[in-house]
Amino acid sequence: MRDFDYIRPASIPDAIAAAAEPGSAYLAGGTNLLDLMKGGVTSPQRIVDISRLPELNRIERLEDGGLRIGALVRNADLAHDAAFAKAYPMVAEALLSGASAQLRNAATVGGNLLQRTRCSYFYDTASACNKRVSGAGCAALGGENRLHAVLGWSDACIATHPSDFCVPLVALDAVVEIEGKQGRRHVTLAEFHLLPGETPQRENALEPGDLIVAVRLPAEAASFAANARYLKVRERTSYAFALVSAAAALVVDGGKIRAARLALGGVAAKPWRARAAEAMLLGADANEATFASAADAALADASPSGDNAFKIELARRIVVRALTSAQAGTPERLPALPASPFSNIPGARHDA
Amino acid sequence: MTSLPITLTINGHRHELEVDPRVTLLDLLRERLDLTGTKKGCDRGQCGACTVLVDGKRINSCLALAVSHDGADVMTIEGVANGEELHPVQAAFIAHDGFQCGFCTPGQIMSTLGLIAEGQAGDDPERIREGLSGNICRCAAYGGIVEAVLEAQEQLAKADRRTAA
Repeated sequence: MRDFDYIRPASIPDAIAAAAEPGSAYLAGGTNLLDLMKGGVTSPQRIVDISRLPELNRIERLEDGGLRIGALVRNADLAHDAAFAKAYPMVAEALLSGASAQLRNAATVGGNLLQRTRCSYFYDTASACNKRVSGAGCAALGGENRLHAVLGWSDACIATHPSDFCVPLVALDAVVEIEGKQGRRHVTLAEFHLLPGETPQRENALEPGDLIVAVRLPAEAASFAANARYLKVRERTSYAFALVSAAAALVVDGGKIRAARLALGGVAAKPWRARAAEAMLLGADANEATFASAADAALADASPSGDNAFKIELARRIVVRALTSAQAGTPERLPALPASPFSNIPGARHDA
Repeated sequence: MTSLPITLTINGHRHELEVDPRVTLLDLLRERLDLTGTKKGCDRGQCGACTVLVDGKRINSCLALAVSHDGADVMTIEGVANGEELHPVQAAFIAHDGFQCGFCTPGQIMSTLGLIAEGQAGDDPERIREGLSGNICRCAAYGGIVEAVLEAQEQLAKADRRTAA
């Protein structure tokens, strides 16, 4: 690991001033940053340790019925907060399907949004990567790319965003609260992460020094609590990133879909909100034919970026299954294997 | 970079240390304090061999900077037994052959202590397996590990009932 200056600021303004200097990186849980630093993928000259900043580790119910989650709330603490899991069950399920118990005890809300892709060429400093070195090329194109993006990719980058947490969050219209040199601002999570285009090194809406202070969920997000699921297909049962995942939430009344939310994970450089599919679901009968049409709409713009055409069909099936299990109802207790297709999901066909 | 002063309580003992900011909690334990029970497997947060309890919660000590944990209370495998008397989790790992080569065992035991304290898995073997999925055992002693966790929980619950009575 390269040498760095270590700073532990006492306040948010001090942190922002310190991190605005070139070569700086914030440290919170460190579960991704230290891994990247050990591999020489990133070598900050200055570490700004925000892990003890006051006020950022609270979960607050807002007067308008919304929720404000401090950026330093640990993944495990959020997922096991009983009121949170009851109101936003698919978010809790997504959190518990990610990483391991040890990592969830350390990893934070803000850090989850900012985690880097797990593209192996990004991690291998001997390989060309436009994210790591702008203009260097992309070794994943034409490389081992069966896990890579099928939506929103470009010839400059075909990496995916690895977060589970962000998938239900983007479906529920989460908003990122950012503090920077110009004060506080709100950016929707849907707009927070950027698609690669010609500038894959630019991954999100943050400017130098900007600090994520909280993630907000609007009041409406809790209205899906009775019919919401996160489903995640992995190459092993636990402790693996998603091949494809889906967050599905419905409000069904008299067999008709009155509200629908759908987002996909593991398919693009950002958590992928499927708005065309949601429009198709709205007002339709809640049945498998409708869900299949929605799945087609969600993947209509998909194309393989390499040896990963299977992910498109896999994603369609995961969408159908996630919607089917959402319709069947949120289980009283999270399954033993959160988000796993190997858990017994009520209402879902095992071969869907 | 100059060293920075930190204070850590490790297995009940207070340590005042000067550390290079790059030093992980894992390397500090092993290389500076000779607490080599905590193992360095992958050093990248993927294997769980370095699991310790920090302020009562299990984490990967390989992905923790020591300076960032100034003031923390750390428990390692060396702090688990009561003198010569094994902790019920340690005894259960032996009774149920919850290991073969033993390299992952300190991490497995610290992770089990975290799992039991979290209280999420209960006596469901599938929830225990899921709760311990961050600890890899290349000898694949998983069957014995789950049996050990089930028995240790039972022993600890009995001890709690005795204390309560």
